[in-house]
Amino acid sequence: MTDGLTIADKTFSSRLFIGSSGYPNQQVMLDAIAASTAEVVTVAIRRINIHGGGENVIDLLADKYHLLPNTAGCYTARDAVLTAQLAREAIGTDWIKLEVIGDEETLFPDVEHLLTAADELVKDGFIVLPYCNDDPITCRKLADIGCAAVMPLGAPIGSGMGLRNPYNIEIIRDQVSIPVIVDAGIGTASDAAIALELGCDGILLNTAIAKALDPVKMATAMGRGVEAGRLAFQAGRIPRKLYAEASSPQAGIVRA
Amino acid sequence: MSQQVQVNGIGKTVNASTITEILHEEGVDESAPFLAVALNGTVIPRGEWNNTQLAAADSVEIVKPVSGG
Repeated sequence: MTDGLTIADKTFSSRLFIGSSGYPNQQVMLDAIAASTAEVVTVAIRRINIHGGGENVIDLLADKYHLLPNTAGCYTARDAVLTAQLAREAIGTDWIKLEVIGDEETLFPDVEHLLTAADELVKDGFIVLPYCNDDPITCRKLADIGCAAVMPLGAPIGSGMGLRNPYNIEIIRDQVSIPVIVDAGIGTASDAAIALELGCDGILLNTAIAKALDPVKMATAMGRGVEAGRLAFQAGRIPRKLYAEASSPQAGIVRA
Repeated sequence: MSQQVQVNGIGKTVNASTITEILHEEGVDESAPFLAVALNGTVIPRGEWNNTQLAAADSVEIVKPVSGG
């Protein structure tokens, strides 16, 4: 496979990771995931008998996709670590999207608890993909701890604001040597393309596809946006200039 | 013999004395795939459910994967 995305011992041909939540129904979810070209699908871990909908989502996804359980909703390192361990037991994967939330309105990470949980889980043999803020220092610490990737947010989860601080994302990309996957805040296909154009290795999104008016069409757009961004990054863009530089030849212009 | 335990955050009086029995009391088939159980904050592997005894005031978490972002 050329130009695959390698994380730990797995290489993926798609640089789009997708969530399984919030779709109008399960069929739309399946169709959208297929249209997106994603190979990695996130799931949450919840107490039984609390959630009625999506009862069989895991049965629909487990054979076809690489499942990435999350610790969504956890506010402490302790809860996140236990959730991750339960996820490993339930699904049989060492992979975990680590989320430790600090504030219920912004859903920004609690960095202190995030670092503690990441350290404990890495030592416990997990392949940790931490959802984090767009702070290069935090990302470096997560990389030093041994996380398999860093997943800085573009904007608050579900906000659709795109990459609010592309400069920080670019610095993160420059300073860590593990994969950088922009996770959260993607709104539309151009956001996806921008993330890849900056040199990020992939994106993770859910709401922008699930809550679009046409999730399957948006999933298709996102898949193409990721591809376009990656190609553009590899192609080497022209620099930005303040002034014009004519593209047509200057000699032989007709003057009446 | 009944005892007071917490199951998924809810205090209950149960007759179960093992993890397997508490799953049955919750209407869960212990052979169902994609299940995980923790007792007092420690994950109990599936193979040990039958042998793990419950005590009064124990806290049990029974979870499964659901849709998530």
